[in-house]
Amino acid sequence: MLAKRIIPCLDVKDGRVVKGTNFVNLRDAGDAVELAARYYEEGADELTFLDITASAEKRKTLLDLVVAVGKVIRIPFTVGGGVSELGDLEALLRAGADKVSLNTAIVKRPELITEAAKRFGSQAVVAAVDVKNVGDRHKVFVKGGREETDREAKAWCLEAVDRGAGEFLLTSMDKDGAKTGYDLEFLDWLTANVSVPVVASGGAGKREHFLEAFRDARVDACLAASLFHYQELNIQDLKAYLRENGVVVRL
Amino acid sequence: MIALIDYGAGNSASVGNALEELGYEFELTANESKILAAEKIIFPGVGEASSAMATLQRLNLSSVLRMTNKPTLGVCLGMQLMAERSEEGDAACLGVVPGENVAFDPNAVNTPHMGWSETELTDRDNPLFRDAPERAFFYYAHSYYLPVGERTTARCDYGGPFTASIRKDNYYGVQFHPEKSGREGLRILKNFVEFC
Repeated sequence: MLAKRIIPCLDVKDGRVVKGTNFVNLRDAGDAVELAARYYEEGADELTFLDITASAEKRKTLLDLVVAVGKVIRIPFTVGGGVSELGDLEALLRAGADKVSLNTAIVKRPELITEAAKRFGSQAVVAAVDVKNVGDRHKVFVKGGREETDREAKAWCLEAVDRGAGEFLLTSMDKDGAKTGYDLEFLDWLTANVSVPVVASGGAGKREHFLEAFRDARVDACLAASLFHYQELNIQDLKAYLRENGVVVRL
Repeated sequence: MIALIDYGAGNSASVGNALEELGYEFELTANESKILAAEKIIFPGVGEASSAMATLQRLNLSSVLRMTNKPTLGVCLGMQLMAERSEEGDAACLGVVPGENVAFDPNAVNTPHMGWSETELTDRDNPLFRDAPERAFFYYAHSYYLPVGERTTARCDYGGPFTASIRKDNYYGVQFHPEKSGREGLRILKNFVEFC
C-alpha cells in the first residue's frame, strides 16, 4: 500500500529558510540544514528545497546545501529554483538530491523535460507549475510568480507529462499563504487527467485541508511551509489525524 | 572495506552518506582489483537500464559483478540490473538473479511508483531482514519492476505484487532505497554489512 506523503517545503535564500505570503514579504524561518534535520526527526516523508538566491554564487551555495542536507537526513528530497540546464540537474543529483523541480526553464524550453527524463529517468524530474486564475483562465506564471505567461495551465500540465515529467508540484498562487485550503478543483482535474504523482502546494492552513486534498482531490502528497516552520502544526499529529480519517500514512 | 560501485549512478552519494552515518568505511570505485579485494559490494543505481548496462560494459564492470563471490547488494536499478533482462531499452542485464523487469501499466497505476510503500518481508531467515518487522514502509521510485518469483524475499503491491527484495547465493537486491528509507532502511544496510 502506497502511503500519502507529507512534504515540508523550505524556500531557501543564502542558506536560510524564508517564507513569504503570495510569493512576497519574506520572513526568516531558520537555518536550512537544521530545519531539515528537525523535519526528518518529526516524521516528514520527503523535503522540498526551493532556492530563491539571486546572486552569482547561487549555483555553488545550492550545491553546498544539497551536500549538507544529504548528510543529515535519510529521506528523499527535491531541489529546485532557477535550474535551467542538464548540467545543473546532473550536479544536483550527483550531490545527493533525489529529484529536481523545473519551472521557468521548462516553460521557456519544454524539450528540457524530455532530455532530463531520458538522461536521469522520469522519477528525477518534477514539473513545478505555478498557477493563478486570471479572469476565467488558469494561467501559468514563471520566475517565482512574477511573470505571467501565455500558457494555459491544464494544457501545459498535459504537455509536461507527455514529455516525461515524473511528478507535478502544483502551486496555486491564489491560495499560497492564504491558509484557506488547497485548490481542490484544479488538483481534482489534474489527478484525474495525468498518470504521474501530484503534489499539492499552496493554501494549507489546518489539518482538514490535508485530509480534503488526499480524500477529495486524490493527491499523492501535500506540501506546506509556514505551518510547519512556525510549528503551528506538528507532522506526527497531522499524520495521526489523517490515519484516524482513513488516509494511509507512514507513522 | 566496502566497494561502492562507481558508474555514475544517481544515488551513489546518498548510499555513501548512509554508510558514513552507520560508521562503515567504503570506497566509491570502478577499479576492478579494488572491487575484487573488497569484502562487500554495493551496487547502486538510478537511471535508465540500457544506458546503465552500456556504462557497466564500457567500464569493464559487468564481468566483475558476474564473477564475484562476495556479498553484493543491488539497490533499485542495481537490483534490476542483476536480473536477466529489462524491458527498459530492451536491455540484456547481468543475469545473476532470475527474472525479467517489466514496466508498470500507466493505465492501471500512476507511473513512476514513487513514495513510501508498505512492504512484506517474507523471508524471515534472510540476514538482510534481521530484527526487522514483517511489514515496514520503504521508499520507492521506479517505473519498471521485477515480477514475484521463487527467489523473491520481500514483496510489495502496486497494481499487483512485485519483487521488493531478491536473493540468490551471494547476490542480494532491494527495489526500494534503503538509503532513503529512514531508520528501517538503515537497518537493511547495517544488516547487509554485518550479517550477509
